[in-house]
Amino acid sequence: MPTSSIDELIERDGGGGAGYHGPFGNGDDWSGNPGIPQRTYVTGMILAVGGILMFFMALVSAWVVRRGFPNSDWQPIALPRILWLNTVILVASSFTLARSRHSLIAGRDTDSRHWWGVTTILGALFLVGQLLAWRQMFAAGLFLATNPSSSFFYVFTAAHGLHVLGGIAALLLVAWHSPRRLTRETATHVVALYWHFLSALWLIIFALFLLEA
Amino acid sequence: MSSVASRFKSRGTASPAFLLAVFLVILVAATVYVFVARLYPAPPPISRDAVLVDRQYDLTLWVAGAAFVLAQLGLAWAVFRYRDCGQQASHIRGNVALEILWTFVTLLAFVGLGILGRNAWAGARFTPSAPDAIQIEVTTNQFVYTFRYPGPDGKFGRLDPSLVSAPTGNPLGIDANDPAGKDDIVVSELTVPVNRPVELLLRSQDVVHNFFVRELRLQQDAVPGMLIPVNFTAERIGTYEIVCTQLCGLGHYKMNGLLHVVPQSDYAAFLKREALVQ
Amino acid sequence: MSSNPQVADSVTHAPNSLLRRYVFSTDHKIIGLQYFFLALAAVTIGVILSLLMRFHLVWPAAHLPFIAGGIMTPEQYLALVTMHGTIMVFFVLTTAPQSAFGNYFLPLQIGAPDMAFPRLNMFSFWLTFLAFVVMLSAFFVPGGAPISGWTAYPPLSGLGEVTGPGEGIGQSLWVASILIFCVASLLGSINFLSTTIDMRAPGMTLTRMPLTVWAWFVTAILSLLAFSVLFAGGILLVLDRVAATSFFLPAGLVVSGEVQTHGGGSPLLWQHLFWFFGHPEVYIAILPGMGVVSHILANFSRKPVFGYRAMAFALCAIGFLGFLVWGHHMFVSGMNPYSGLTFSLLTVSIGVPSAVKTFNWLGTLWGGKIQFHSPMLFAIGFVSFFVTGGLSGIFLAQPAIDTELHATYYVVGHFHIVMGVAAIFGIFAATYYWFPKMFGRRMNESLGKFHFWLTFAGVYCIFMPMHFVGIAGGIRRYADATGATYLAALQPLHQFMTIAAFVTAAAQLIFFYNFFRSLKKGEAASANPWNATTLEWITASPPPSDNFGGRFPRVHRGPYEYSVPGATQDFLPQHLAPEALGSANKEPNNAN
Repeated sequence: MPTSSIDELIERDGGGGAGYHGPFGNGDDWSGNPGIPQRTYVTGMILAVGGILMFFMALVSAWVVRRGFPNSDWQPIALPRILWLNTVILVASSFTLARSRHSLIAGRDTDSRHWWGVTTILGALFLVGQLLAWRQMFAAGLFLATNPSSSFFYVFTAAHGLHVLGGIAALLLVAWHSPRRLTRETATHVVALYWHFLSALWLIIFALFLLEA
Repeated sequence: MSSVASRFKSRGTASPAFLLAVFLVILVAATVYVFVARLYPAPPPISRDAVLVDRQYDLTLWVAGAAFVLAQLGLAWAVFRYRDCGQQASHIRGNVALEILWTFVTLLAFVGLGILGRNAWAGARFTPSAPDAIQIEVTTNQFVYTFRYPGPDGKFGRLDPSLVSAPTGNPLGIDANDPAGKDDIVVSELTVPVNRPVELLLRSQDVVHNFFVRELRLQQDAVPGMLIPVNFTAERIGTYEIVCTQLCGLGHYKMNGLLHVVPQSDYAAFLKREALVQ
Repeated sequence: MSSNPQVADSVTHAPNSLLRRYVFSTDHKIIGLQYFFLALAAVTIGVILSLLMRFHLVWPAAHLPFIAGGIMTPEQYLALVTMHGTIMVFFVLTTAPQSAFGNYFLPLQIGAPDMAFPRLNMFSFWLTFLAFVVMLSAFFVPGGAPISGWTAYPPLSGLGEVTGPGEGIGQSLWVASILIFCVASLLGSINFLSTTIDMRAPGMTLTRMPLTVWAWFVTAILSLLAFSVLFAGGILLVLDRVAATSFFLPAGLVVSGEVQTHGGGSPLLWQHLFWFFGHPEVYIAILPGMGVVSHILANFSRKPVFGYRAMAFALCAIGFLGFLVWGHHMFVSGMNPYSGLTFSLLTVSIGVPSAVKTFNWLGTLWGGKIQFHSPMLFAIGFVSFFVTGGLSGIFLAQPAIDTELHATYYVVGHFHIVMGVAAIFGIFAATYYWFPKMFGRRMNESLGKFHFWLTFAGVYCIFMPMHFVGIAGGIRRYADATGATYLAALQPLHQFMTIAAFVTAAAQLIFFYNFFRSLKKGEAASANPWNATTLEWITASPPPSDNFGGRFPRVHRGPYEYSVPGATQDFLPQHLAPEALGSANKEPNNAN
């Protein structure tokens, strides 16, 4: 019976006992490293989305409060018309991205790459459209500090746009570079999560703008 | 005792335990003494609302004080009684009944205090000002208090920020074209009559300041862009200091004023006197 | 090189160059140490700033050789106040308990080879380091460091130099640093949460996680949700300062005779955004310490944590409620008084899980076999300070009483006892406890005890009197007592506190000496010098680069199986299979 020290107990058990079947590897792979499970990347992206959402919710609450001041100098702004087109483009890009992932899962690689490319182009078009929206605002004399409503417009669109830019970078990165740690499935899943979140977020922001216009 | 355990039995286990226990007892004794002996008390309250605040404070002191004494002494007892003297520790994992009990008791105690504290707060903040309250506007800026009385017409004159000019005698920016402002009295010290409700209208010209009178147990930030009313009825004649508690710049520590609570006749005389000077 | 494409290269073999190994390392242990030393540098600076403050409060006219003009000006005092608070809250209390010890020990305690995203982890550290450099640079720019406090309320912080010295470039650098820090924290919390969710060793269910892991987990959730909001507020503040927007700046401002052109914003909006972050932030500062204390109390009482599930639940409750109480910083702010009452009731409620934790700590000690090693002393000290600081909070939680105590030294005493002492004791406890594991050497036990006694007595002497100063009406952030006349009577208390501060600060030199000397000359440490049960103690001191030397543990029992009846020794490590212990050993049936 063990009266030995704990270090000896560790030594005896160190070989591993029954090989373990865990989520990280099969029972034979004792000397191997469990590594990072693929689903971890998905968890990470969900968490990142949570953090980003919280950031935008802070802006939304600031917007709600600011609008609601009594004797407020709030002047609703006329929305640039191109925003409607941009919205359609961004939502479409979510569909094309979903199409791309679906093709990948079905094994149709070329199709997948094709739709992935379309998504990237649509994303870029969205950003171009947002910049055009800004130009329309400038033309109407509405700049960042013109009035509170215009301030929020620029803050929301800039913050969202920067995140979309990051999304486009991710789309390009996945297209050009084979990730070492992530499988292609995981990489596309993660990018899709991010991208769909940005589409949904834009719909919320756009709805806010429409509400007060 | 196995070799493993003997390697780690600390020498003189009695002494840290004893020291800790003694220290905690001294802590409790010293703290209780300072409170009971009222060595550094707040100044006596001069209004009914202030008295309510003090009552709530005392109640909280009893509850928190009892918890403090029991917890620190309990800690002292536990570390002393259960110091390693070669005994076996008991493998207790918990006690559900105890958990429920102390959760419930603390919930009752803390939430009870919170609910009981409502009255002191409500009295000062939820009650609108009395219809015959004397309105005085308090303007704060870096780093002075300026007080404005509406004068016999009972109306404050319009203010215009672009007219603000302390050097030429218009620190508040009163619009000379507004007839209501002609009889406004602007002074640098606050004078109020005793036993009369007063409504202060706090405002700020630049950054966030604060108006605090200890004896009234009354404190309120003055926020630029807002006009914030606070009410009090001072019941003791005297002069009390007003201090700014909200960090407002380099002169924050020097921003203070005076509140004079005077008999009604003195107050009437003050108004008359100032009306001539303005 | 592993053939498994899922395996990160950095954990299969240690990188070779000095730069890759110790500077740009992706090893969570090195990153944890980097955060630790960053926090150590920050706390040294923070303490020096506070000593200058305490000195000035008592000898305001004293001639100081390193100040231009010799005598400290009020704005210099306020710059010290601002930077002391900011550095301590962000670069010490948010960094050491979570980023330093969490990074080092989370993967070890859950039996993982590293964090989920090692390169992101490295990036988080260097961003934090950058934020620190940017923050410190505020001291050296024209106008100096900002004077608006760590809370940076606009309009004082929103209008630039016109409101005061340091409000120009200094304040801008401050905001930039905070924004960078926010991003670093967000990335760090993603790492912590992903790792805890997906990389626990087989057999480590939620109820077998050490309470340290629970604490880091809840803290990371708070970080993820709170720093995002601070980031938003910071962006809006930057825009007000440089782009002439008016999120926080109302119309009609006249500053030093100059009419400002902003319009319609609200200073209260900043306060809401800031404190929505600010209150969870203080729980971010204390929760890891609570986890460490539970862990250490069990280890050195040789007993399980009393009420493990209640403790885990209380951590979650504190975390959740922590998001609902921010208004208690704003009772006199001009906020709706009815909201004040709501916030008050929520705030007193948070006292309940806190009290439950305290009772459970006492319960852990009760019936124990207490060994007073240095980590245990600091853990016990933590309990004492948490009781004191927590109870003083009950007064502030009630708006009627807060009306009397808001912005007085009472508040300063309260938050220093919970943050500046209890949380720091948590850091000390963790340092003494895990030093052997991190560095393979023991710290000197006598010096550790000496450090403890001086510090325990010293900090009570510094911070208890602050409560009395506050009750008597002593106002915080005052450069000296030459304003209101009643302040002079409080000077004797200030003198006492200043002397205590200098003595206690000097006592920390004992810790520094002990720490750095032991790095080189400490007695060699075995794998498990404290006879502890959790997974970090089954590997070498210090651990190899892949944490467990090529094999990874499986967990068979809860984290605090001390003094199990019938066992041959008074602790059962989590990873030992029941067979390995022999049939003579009986274990409790429940797996936690």
